[in-house]
Amino acid sequence: MSENPQAAGEQGEAPRRIGVYICHCGGNISDYVDVAAVRAAIADDPDVVVATTTMFACADGQQHEMVRDIREQHLDGLVVASCSPKLHTTTFRGVSRRADLNPYAYTQVNIREQDSWAHSDDREGATQKAIALVTAGIAKTRLSTPLEPLRVETVPATMVVGGGVTGLRTAIGLADIGIAVILVEREAQLGGWLGRLGPTFPHDVPGRDQVARLLAEIAERPTITVLTNAELVGKTGSFGNYTAKVHVRSEAADELRQFQVGTFVIATGADVYQPEVGELGYGIEGVVTLAEFGTLVDEAAGGTLAWHGRRVRSIAYVYCVGNRQPEGNAYCSKFCCAATVHASLKVSRLDPTVRQFHLHRDVRAYGRYELLYTQSRERGSVYLRYPDDAPPEVERTADGRLAVTLVDALTGPDPITLPVDLVVLVTGMVPRENEALTTLLKLPTGDDGFYNEIHPKLRPVETVVDGVMIAGTCQGPKPATEAVSGGLAAVTQSAGILKRGFAELDPLVATVNEAACTGCGACLTTCPYDAISSYVCDTGQKALVSAANCKGCGGCVPVCPDDAIDLLGYTSAQMLAAIDGLATTGVPA
Amino acid sequence: MSASPAPRILVFSTNNISDPGIDLAGSRHLHYPATVSVLAVPCSSGIKPSWILHALQTGQDGVFIASDGEECAYLPDCAERTAHLVTQAQQLMAEQGLEPQRLKMAAVCSVCAEPFAKYMREFAAALAELGPRPVAVG
Repeated sequence: MSENPQAAGEQGEAPRRIGVYICHCGGNISDYVDVAAVRAAIADDPDVVVATTTMFACADGQQHEMVRDIREQHLDGLVVASCSPKLHTTTFRGVSRRADLNPYAYTQVNIREQDSWAHSDDREGATQKAIALVTAGIAKTRLSTPLEPLRVETVPATMVVGGGVTGLRTAIGLADIGIAVILVEREAQLGGWLGRLGPTFPHDVPGRDQVARLLAEIAERPTITVLTNAELVGKTGSFGNYTAKVHVRSEAADELRQFQVGTFVIATGADVYQPEVGELGYGIEGVVTLAEFGTLVDEAAGGTLAWHGRRVRSIAYVYCVGNRQPEGNAYCSKFCCAATVHASLKVSRLDPTVRQFHLHRDVRAYGRYELLYTQSRERGSVYLRYPDDAPPEVERTADGRLAVTLVDALTGPDPITLPVDLVVLVTGMVPRENEALTTLLKLPTGDDGFYNEIHPKLRPVETVVDGVMIAGTCQGPKPATEAVSGGLAAVTQSAGILKRGFAELDPLVATVNEAACTGCGACLTTCPYDAISSYVCDTGQKALVSAANCKGCGGCVPVCPDDAIDLLGYTSAQMLAAIDGLATTGVPA
Repeated sequence: MSASPAPRILVFSTNNISDPGIDLAGSRHLHYPATVSVLAVPCSSGIKPSWILHALQTGQDGVFIASDGEECAYLPDCAERTAHLVTQAQQLMAEQGLEPQRLKMAAVCSVCAEPFAKYMREFAAALAELGPRPVAVG
């Protein structure tokens, strides 16, 4: 490319053999970026040997092709222009490794999150930007040098934060795989929401019995340390070897305890939505939430369902309260339809004559929960669908009962009014207030306030914070079954990190160019990790960076008045070349 | 957009904090000018003032440092260090006749999607107002 003044030859560098793969991401990129034009713009670079577009760069077949290209074309550099490096740096470093190419000769160029998606309104601009970004990526790769990863010892222990069903099952899973566990619970008791519930869907086993079983199993495992009335308040250290500080409250004296752990699993759960007074009649005598109703039904077991001493003969359930709202919580909480259908079955077992009306927007009793739904209809439950934009109205009537008025999708448009004894507001989940922990761990949260994983399908329990996994309902609303699956995924993920006994870290550390160093000492006090020391050689005093202590921040780089310090992977030469690459204005295809 | 080309902006982001925030802006399809490009580094304290000057001399109209602020996992005094680098860079820029407003710095957290998109729209507008770069010397 004539516009790139940093062409290899001019710098006296040997020519490189770089492969460039530009991803469509199935349309996520190619709908907004002309990927063929990007390919055409960089294909003539003398150091680019392979330039190709691909539907999915991360697909198995494409990875095999890359390995083959690297081997057959003797590539010594790899550039993949696709999604965020957070998603696939590991994937393509793996491709490089499998093809015996040094993984640090690979550069990921982000043309999705930082291009196609951000400029879905500007195809020409997004395409020009992709060309510049890929050119910069090639420029950086051109100046890459082979590096070997650093090995660090890992601590075979995991801190599980949250002692609900997810945290408990996670702790057991970790202990059984040989990883010590510190289980930290903010409340005085373990068990969370499930531990307070009676018979739950789908199998009618009381939640508190399920939790009791887990607690018994935990008691049998000496490698699990349980701390209640405890909160994680500090985290220092580095990947695979963190120091966690836990504040433990007790009547005698509060205590600050310290633990060495390799990973964290955050399973802090969710809260249930609390309706405002007046919302769908909440606050009127006889209008209760699903959680309150559940307790009422369980306490009635073997007797009569009653509300304040009066027998309940009819019930209206209003679904989707506080969820699926155009403003506010837009999501579906997933568990509430099945939980309500199941509660209505418990009621019909108590007293088959109770009339039950389910006022819904659509029933999402998915998978096997459909069977509960069918069963409830067979037992007389009536399902009425109300419009999304016209929720039912709840009033107290003169005779001391409740009246629920709705427009039913089948019999409308005339509203119908149902006289009932009890109204149950089917409330979903909301994110739990956990600001201190969120800030401490720097956990990313989504618009909805729940914690975000890196990728819902490919990395479903990992977060962008190294060594910190999330599981259960802190990640989003879900039934206990799915929450526990997430916990066990976090067990596997922790084991993957900790069971080898060591982790490989990026060798992207600072280095000193001995010839350029004048021994002025400016850098010696700049590193808080004591990674920089000095030594004396033939030409005088020189600075030296310890790769083991260096965290790779590069903070010492601008401090050197003689430009003698470089951060590997981000050397001055690479950064300047990348900046030149970004200056590229697109070449017409 | 106006007839004159939109100002080109180089953003320095940080791998663990501001770059995920910028990713999130894209994931949410928040729009900002496509003339904004991002180069990620581990920590904003590692950005050399000479890189900033080089960018402004090779086609960028402005440079924006999306710094870690108080959240930096590496250096407790990251914000001060980065601010110091900004001052140094502005001195270099002044020597070349470049206005100090062409360099901006703000902390962008890992979920600061909307603030980032807003910063970019505002910075682009401010640079457009400032007009084209003085012709590079040398």
